Amino acid sequence: MKFAVIVFPGSNCDHDAFHAATHVLGQSAELIWHKDTDLKGADFVILPGGFAHGDYLRTGAMARFSPIMREVKAFAERGGPVLGICNGFQILLEAGLLPGAMLRNRGLKYRCEHVYVRVEQTDTPVTCGAHVGQVLRIPIGHGEGNYYAPPDVLERIEANRQVVLRYTTADGQLDDDANPNGSVHAIAGLCSERRNVVGMMPHPERAAEPALGCVDGLVILESIVKAFATA
Amino acid sequence: MRARVFVTLKPSVFDPQGRTIAEALHSLGYNGVEDVRQGKYFELDLATTEAAQAKALAAEVADKLLANPVIESYRIEVG
Repeated sequence: MKFAVIVFPGSNCDHDAFHAATHVLGQSAELIWHKDTDLKGADFVILPGGFAHGDYLRTGAMARFSPIMREVKAFAERGGPVLGICNGFQILLEAGLLPGAMLRNRGLKYRCEHVYVRVEQTDTPVTCGAHVGQVLRIPIGHGEGNYYAPPDVLERIEANRQVVLRYTTADGQLDDDANPNGSVHAIAGLCSERRNVVGMMPHPERAAEPALGCVDGLVILESIVKAFATA
Repeated sequence: MRARVFVTLKPSVFDPQGRTIAEALHSLGYNGVEDVRQGKYFELDLATTEAAQAKALAAEVADKLLANPVIESYRIEVG
């Protein structure tokens, strides 16, 4: 399968995502500049982490106007799988491909650490290799990961089972102290109603090899290949 | 003509920066400041000399880019 990794000015996890797709998963991948207008036949699109366009106004606010985003939207509307990681998640929210918005972290600090997230849904292209309730240890690194949605939207998200990952303790318990940024309902990852577009704040590509000290991110990455193989 | 756009988090959205500033003011003894909401302020220099046009253009760019309607609201002054 072929991955497209979108490169915005200010992306800084693009090469990590490319490395994970090629060297770790053994698939083909292509870095695609944000001004490009062609996904080059990709089967899966990754919007990587970083600070697209500097994030000066709001995270992801400018990135949604990048030319390639028209193609990403069209790809998602055809049912194509898209994963936004960290800044990529913020971009998906600003672009309206996922509901809600990000606020500054509750404690105002940039949080860079390993956290635990619990898999809530396994019928998405990034969690189909996991089991419900499985706890993954994956790093985060963000200042604006405090997920927010108005009450009516939040109710719809929960009713549609769109929460894919929640911040929990190591043994999978919801606990306010285990929520690093104040996200409502401890939401760490979210999918679209069609389930093909997923955003997550933790970085699976930073937890995909023993040398990185943690391989739980492989559960996410290998799910992508499995979903493609069984589609 | 100049348009001024004030963007703030909606009242229903928690503002951690505003709260921290309010707490800082309390620590300085300003207990009469009950709460603080922090926002963004934009000055737009517009080519038009018509107030109605200026307001419409400012609203358009606020809707498109300056504010995120999920979490923020805005107010415009022209002239």
